[in-house]
Amino acid sequence: MSVLTMEGVWKNFHGHSVLRGIDLEVEAHEVVSLIGASGSGKSTLLRCVNLLETVDDGAIHLDGEEITDPRVDVDGVRKRLGIVFQAFNLFPHMTVLDNITLAPRQVHGVAKAQAEEEAHALLTRFGLAQKAMAYPDQLSGGQQQRVAIIRALATQPRLMLLDEVTSALDPELVLEVLGIIRELKESGMTMILTTHEMSFCRDISDTVCFLDGGVLLEKGPPEQIFSEPEHARTREFLGSVLRSGRF
Amino acid sequence: MSEWVKSDRQKERERVRTVRARRSASIATVSTVVFIVLVVWLVTNSPGWPRVSETFFDREQLVKALPDVLSGFWLNIKIFLIAEPLILVVGLLVALARGITTPAFFPIRALATLYTDIFRGVPTILVIYLVGFGLPALRLQGVPTDLATLGVIALTLSYGAYVAEVFRSGIESIHPSQVAAARSLGLSHVRTMRFVVLPQATRRVVPPLLNDFVSLQKDTALVATIGPLEALRQAQIHAASTFNYTPYLVAALLFILLTIPMARLTDHLAARTRRRRGA
Repeated sequence: MSVLTMEGVWKNFHGHSVLRGIDLEVEAHEVVSLIGASGSGKSTLLRCVNLLETVDDGAIHLDGEEITDPRVDVDGVRKRLGIVFQAFNLFPHMTVLDNITLAPRQVHGVAKAQAEEEAHALLTRFGLAQKAMAYPDQLSGGQQQRVAIIRALATQPRLMLLDEVTSALDPELVLEVLGIIRELKESGMTMILTTHEMSFCRDISDTVCFLDGGVLLEKGPPEQIFSEPEHARTREFLGSVLRSGRF
Repeated sequence: MSEWVKSDRQKERERVRTVRARRSASIATVSTVVFIVLVVWLVTNSPGWPRVSETFFDREQLVKALPDVLSGFWLNIKIFLIAEPLILVVGLLVALARGITTPAFFPIRALATLYTDIFRGVPTILVIYLVGFGLPALRLQGVPTDLATLGVIALTLSYGAYVAEVFRSGIESIHPSQVAAARSLGLSHVRTMRFVVLPQATRRVVPPLLNDFVSLQKDTALVATIGPLEALRQAQIHAASTFNYTPYLVAALLFILLTIPMARLTDHLAARTRRRRGA
């Protein structure tokens, strides 16, 4: 069974449709990338999955359960999802360790000692063992984003949502963060990510989706989308990415 | 691409939402009614209720005291309408003075700091006494002797110190990068404040400022202690001649009527700020 299915999802803001009937399936261990211009609806799609936005039509199922049902336990759904934001959104008043252990302890009822042990293991795995007691302000952007990923990972989510996680970083730091995501893929994590890093996207994705004006215009394996896109609009978008030197 | 036609699933979903909204509304109504009934029952069944009802809720006394208290209340309104702009000016100037870093102006900064330290420390009622009785006693040329004016001066001194701190925290909450950007464009310190920092800071401090003004509106009653015939003083006069406290209740109700709109305005502005931040 698919981890996530979206059927005919619509989202309107102020009479303007941002998502126009999105259909999408994500299988276990699959990495799905969403590409498209700003305002094409990529981020809104992720926010709908996370129930940060209420869909205006259609349905989203997580492991077969309809999460867009008004009677659903929203916190219960979010417990099973991990999201990482473009701007990190770490809690500035907490140490790295407290940022990571907050949800395991408060939401999942993990004992303090165990939560901290697991957090230390994750920090070590991703090369941040020295930073456990540091505050977010004392870290570089790349380190902060890695902590944010670890924070999302600490609750062992069923599905990870990554929203332009490298957009606020300079190239060297981008590499740090992309390294982590690659490692996550190898460990079998199911992920949906939005990105402007096309070569990374081609490299890591199992499926690439091109969104345009709230419509999922084209979907397929990266080789197909990047080499022989069907739609003129996709070609146009990839062409402009190429010309801007971001490929 | 096709236009949106609401699906049956969505219609069903909206029906469920409406049902749930209706249910929450009725739960809220029921719990509110139960709460009110309980409080009223508790108060009216207390042993001293007949006596309290007689001394605080006397309809005849209410009608008799209302005109005087109301005319006194008009003075309260005048006091705070005059004091409010003065307080804003004093508060802003003091806040700006505390931010001056030029060495030559150190005395001004020190004076501003001293002012806020003193007037935030002294109880408002004492400031009113000191200004109301002390200032005229100096017998200086041009010092007002009108009691309401002296009350305005005292309230301005006292609240100016609080409002200065509110302004200062607002100024300090603007991120240094904004100052860096403005100074990089060649704007002087003063222009940076005037065009970049203050407009942002002011917007941020509106809710706490309104909160201080709600507080000021009722503190105008403290001016009664030096004698002008405002609402509380009028109520005191009535109560003293009849030993009935209903006039106090009248004064209290008038103050509530005045502060509630201000409180709602504060809530409204806070909600608007939250919405703009996209929460």
